[in-house]
Amino acid sequence: MKVTIDRDRCIGAGQCVLAAATVFDQSDSDGRVVLLNSDPTADLAPDVTMAAALCPALVITVED
Amino acid sequence: MFRRVVIVGASAAGLTTAEALRRRGYDGTLTLVGDEPHAPYDRPPLSKQVLAGKWEPHKVVLRDDKALDDLGVELLLGHAADGLDTLGRRVLLAGGGTVDYDALVIATGVVPRRLLDTDLIGVHHLRTLDDALALRAQLLERPEQLVVVGAGFLGAEVAAVAREMGLDVTLVDPLPVPMLRQFGQRIGELIAQMHRDHGVSLCLGTGVSQFNQVGGRVTAVELADGSTIDADLVLVAVGAAPATGWLVGSGLSLQDGVECDARCQAGPGIYAAGDVASWYNPHFGVRMRLEHRMNATEQAIAVAGNLLGDDEPFAPVPYFWTDQYDTKIQAYGVFHPDAEFQLLSGDPSERRFTATYSKSGTVTGVLGWNSPRELLTLRQLVIDRTPLTSITAVG
Repeated sequence: MKVTIDRDRCIGAGQCVLAAATVFDQSDSDGRVVLLNSDPTADLAPDVTMAAALCPALVITVED
Repeated sequence: MFRRVVIVGASAAGLTTAEALRRRGYDGTLTLVGDEPHAPYDRPPLSKQVLAGKWEPHKVVLRDDKALDDLGVELLLGHAADGLDTLGRRVLLAGGGTVDYDALVIATGVVPRRLLDTDLIGVHHLRTLDDALALRAQLLERPEQLVVVGAGFLGAEVAAVAREMGLDVTLVDPLPVPMLRQFGQRIGELIAQMHRDHGVSLCLGTGVSQFNQVGGRVTAVELADGSTIDADLVLVAVGAAPATGWLVGSGLSLQDGVECDARCQAGPGIYAAGDVASWYNPHFGVRMRLEHRMNATEQAIAVAGNLLGDDEPFAPVPYFWTDQYDTKIQAYGVFHPDAEFQLLSGDPSERRFTATYSKSGTVTGVLGWNSPRELLTLRQLVIDRTPLTSITAVG
C-alpha cells in the first residue's frame, strides 16, 4: 500500500491521526499532516483508507 | 437488501455516501442526482482559497473523472429534484422525469437565506462555485467599499479575504460580536479585535433595514438605527436554510431540515446526511443539524453503514474550523450560548490558546486558537463528558 499526501492542501484537522496514528502525525508548528509511514502494511489498510475518506481537505491518496 | 440506491445531492455528503457504499461492498445500482452542472466539488475552499485566488477553481473538484467512473455511479448532474413520491418510491425531477429507488439518501444541503431585495446588482450570496467565482470577479474590480452583512463563518472569512486583497471592508451584524452563536461572547470579542487589527470596520449590534440603490445597482446599506454605509459591493451572509422545498408534501417531517432518528433514517428506506439532515445525537442527548464539512463526511459514512444493516446510532463529536487571516480556529463538540467558557492553556494575547466550554459542569466543547495539535488531544474531554472540576487550567 502506497500513501501520498498533498501537504499544501492540509488544514490540520487531525482526522487522519485519529484514524491511523501509526501512519499519520501532525506537525507541532502548524498542525499539518506528517506522514510517518508511506508504505504501511496491509493490516493497516482499513485505518488508512478511513483516514483518506475522513480527511476534510482530501489530502491523502492511497494506492494498492 | 437494497439494490437500487438513489442519492439526491451531489456534494460532499452525497458523494461520500456513494463511496462508502462501494467500499463496503455494495454492488447494486447507484444514482447520484445533483442540481448543479459541476461534478462534485468541495465548498470550504470557496470562501477561502478560491475567493482569494490562491487556488484555481478546478482544485475544488472532489474526485477526478476516472475516480467517478470507477465508482460505478450514474451521475445525473444539472437535474434538480422537484418532488418525492414515498409510496411509489420515486424521485421526481424538475422538468419531468423520475428516478425509482429502493433506498433514498437525501443530501441536498442548504440554500443561502436572502435579505430584502437582493436582486440588486452588486448584492451577492455565496454557496456555490459559480457564486464564489462571481464574487471573486467583483473583488478583482476593486470595489470602493465592500459591506459584508452577517458575521458568521462565511461573512467573517470573506471579510478577511477581501481585507487581504487590500479592499475597504465593513462587517455588519445585529449581534454585539462576530460568531456569537458559534463561539460565545469571549471568543467573539477576540474575533472582532482580530478584524479591527486588520483594518475591517465593524458595525455590530445593528441590523440592516434596506439597501439603497440607483438604477438597480446597490449604492449603500441602511441600518436599523438610520445610519447608512456606502457600498458598491455587498455580500449577504446571513445563514442558510435546509434545501427541503422539493420534499414538501412528501409526508416526511421537515421541522429544521429532514427530521431523522438517531440512525439518520427519515422514513422507510429514506435516510439523510449532511447539512440538510436533522437527527438525534445520543452522545449529547439533543437533536442537531450541522452545516459543517466534517459532518457531511461522517454522517454519509454512517448512513451508508445503516443502509447496509449496521443499525448504529450516529453519535459524533462535531468538528469544525474557520481560517481568517493567519488564524485557525478549530472546535470539537457543541457550544451552547450559555456555556461556561474557561481558558485551558496558552494566552489570547499571544494568539495561541485552548479553551473549554461546559454546561452543567460537564465539558461539551473544546476550542483551539492556532493550536491544532493540542486540540486533538483535548477532544477526548468531550468524548468522556469530563467534569469541569477535574480539569486544571494552565492559562
